[in-house]
Amino acid sequence: MGFLDALLGRSKPVPPNLDQLFALPAAAVTLQVASDLRPTGIGSVCFKAAEGAPFAGIRAQVEQLLALDGGRYTEQTDDYGFTWLVRHTDPPDLETLVTDLHAVNSGLLDAGFGSALLCTVICFTAGTRPMALVYLYKRGTWYPFAPLDGQRRDNARELQVGAVLGSDLRMEPDPSRWFPLYGAPGL
Amino acid sequence: MKSRFAPDRGLSLRMLVTSFLLGLLYVVFTAVLIVLIKSAVLAILVAGGLLFAQYWFSDRIALYAMNGHVVTAAEAPELHGVVDRLCALADVPKPAVAIADSDVPNAFATGRSPRSAVVCATTGLLRRLDADELEGVLAHELSHIAHRDVAVMTVASFLGVLAGLITRFGLYAGLYGGFGQRSGDGDGDGEDSTALVFVAVVAVSAVVYGISFVLTRSLSRYRELAADRAAALLTGRPSVLAAALTKLSAEMAQIPTQDLRHAEPFNAFFFAPALAPGFSLSSVFSTHPSLTQRLEQLAELSVQLGRGA
Repeated sequence: MGFLDALLGRSKPVPPNLDQLFALPAAAVTLQVASDLRPTGIGSVCFKAAEGAPFAGIRAQVEQLLALDGGRYTEQTDDYGFTWLVRHTDPPDLETLVTDLHAVNSGLLDAGFGSALLCTVICFTAGTRPMALVYLYKRGTWYPFAPLDGQRRDNARELQVGAVLGSDLRMEPDPSRWFPLYGAPGL
Repeated sequence: MKSRFAPDRGLSLRMLVTSFLLGLLYVVFTAVLIVLIKSAVLAILVAGGLLFAQYWFSDRIALYAMNGHVVTAAEAPELHGVVDRLCALADVPKPAVAIADSDVPNAFATGRSPRSAVVCATTGLLRRLDADELEGVLAHELSHIAHRDVAVMTVASFLGVLAGLITRFGLYAGLYGGFGQRSGDGDGDGEDSTALVFVAVVAVSAVVYGISFVLTRSLSRYRELAADRAAALLTGRPSVLAAALTKLSAEMAQIPTQDLRHAEPFNAFFFAPALAPGFSLSSVFSTHPSLTQRLEQLAELSVQLGRGA
């Protein structure tokens, strides 16, 4: 935000960056080779539903789009009032997953609600507890999130995954922005 | 990016005019000050130093005064969760999160820069608001941080304090030193003019202080409206913020007076001002805009969101 905007108290909603999402399928190959983490086929888009009829309208359109594909998707609202659109591909197919999630993103963006997008979460597992790669729309960066029981997280595993993917994905350099998403769909 | 919200040019313009008038006042004031420069330098240095300390340590001073303590994510996961998500939506660095043990339902944000900012909610606020309303209130506080309101308001009030100091200095010197005793040349005209200049400086300082006081307050009100607007844009739910405002204003009137008076000096950083009931302030001197004015702006944003499917 510029000096004048701060002086006038005029912060603008930040537009999302959707491009880095498509770097994921290639990075997933690296991840499987290096840490034996495979996609579970579950991915979701998290956004803040705005009030008013236009947002309800665009949301109905996006849901229709997902249903047309014959894909399985569910919708849930978390404790913080954010909506999650969850896509489940079976067998796991990252290309389709990313394409479908991108359709949701661009649908919201084109309708003027791009600033409502919070993050995309793609789940991975090595046969044990699932973990996730989280895409921050506003920064165009990724970070790993590995939850443990009872609102704790496995920082060592996150840092390891972060190091492995450093060359394939644009990782979030500021660890204070790696916020936890306990109870996100698929985790 | 395409946005559903029309920019509020009127609000920006009013704020610009207010800031400009403050600046103009500063120029006029400095010109008058040059007459008195020899004795006023020390006073200005002291005033500037104090204000700078207040600005630099604003986070710690406010937290200490409100008996707030910084909490970790493990201690207050819900509060941290809301702040995390809002910061990710707005793409701003996350401030420290604090809780103050007070039943006055309120929240404040302080700190000299977004990097060293603290956002604090009282236990009374956490107890009364539901998750959506809390999010609206915190979005308002985060907007204060993004707009650097502590810095802007410190600079704005600096001039007022400066003028007040000079006024006091001039009055004391005039009373105890007597006018006209400084020019001992035996030249009657010189004595008269020194006294005249002195009285003029004092008078101008008093006027400057009065004007800057009103302007600072009106600037504060515009910045509250700007923070409301930014919060509504961020969450996409102006009506929830309006509901939280209404709820808090209604709650405020029912709180015991003692506690409210204790909180009053911090009104400038609060979400809803805590005024003792029965204490009516003229709208000119109020740090916060009236509830009606804030609700009107939020209603307008809500209408913009509902327009054109």
